[in-house]
Amino acid sequence: MNTLVTFAEVEVGHPLPSRSFPITRADLVRYAGASGDFNPIHWNQRFAACVGLPDVIAHGMFTMAVAARAVTDWVGDPGAVVEYSVRFTKPVVVPDDESGALVEVEAVVAEKLDDHLVRIDLTARSAGEKVLGMARAVVRLS
Amino acid sequence: MPLDQSFVGRSYPPTAPYAVGREKIREFATAIGDANPAYLDVEAARALGHPDLIAPPTFAIVLTLPAGHQVALDPTLGLDYSRVVHGEQRFTFVRPIHAGDELTVVVTVDKIRSLGGNDVITTRGEIATTAGEPVATAHSTLVSRAPDA
Repeated sequence: MNTLVTFAEVEVGHPLPSRSFPITRADLVRYAGASGDFNPIHWNQRFAACVGLPDVIAHGMFTMAVAARAVTDWVGDPGAVVEYSVRFTKPVVVPDDESGALVEVEAVVAEKLDDHLVRIDLTARSAGEKVLGMARAVVRLS
Repeated sequence: MPLDQSFVGRSYPPTAPYAVGREKIREFATAIGDANPAYLDVEAARALGHPDLIAPPTFAIVLTLPAGHQVALDPTLGLDYSRVVHGEQRFTFVRPIHAGDELTVVVTVDKIRSLGGNDVITTRGEIATTAGEPVATAHSTLVSRAPDA
């Protein structure tokens, strides 16, 4: 492993750089195509309303993917990620306008484990709501 | 009606081999807005010690989502997929997925619950190469929301 940060230098409580990611309807369409997840709740407002959702919502996996960057950009080599888990606590509602939604991600070194492994805890919020809960990544550092 | 508990423990046959291609990795990385060179530039990926482009961690869902549809869309299970949202997701990696991999997924139903009228199903997708080398595991929890009273 050849990471930008080393196991020796990180300390528990060390915050990773905060990140914010805008998400527009166009991003959801592109993600649907790339991922193969064409569930209409992610692009069809009429369908979303029919199944009781406030509006089109982002793929949980899209939110999970963008939040991962708080970790992978910090370690440099995304191959360092050995575990990544989230709970989808609230949907990210993406309005049909130019700005869409904003997902804000904070991450902190939560635990140093054996074998150069470090646990990172993440939080992700959108429109004041926590959208990812119990979000954790385990990375192997140099 | 609650989901059929007899599905718990059931495994489905391995999916057809999925050939991981460089352009698919680049397409996925671009779609998540991630320009990490390990996803886009073969030389950069090799400089990090990888055999080829590696895939973003959540790329595994490209394989495990359709694999999981064997369960979620099984009419005998009776899950209302139109009301499904993603509840939880966990990936563990033996190593990153990389371009050139030929992968299959074996899906097993781990848990079925009813929570506040919602049907909740957790599946495990074991991703391995066609040669049998384990690569990653995806645990997915889907929630089919109860219709509004």
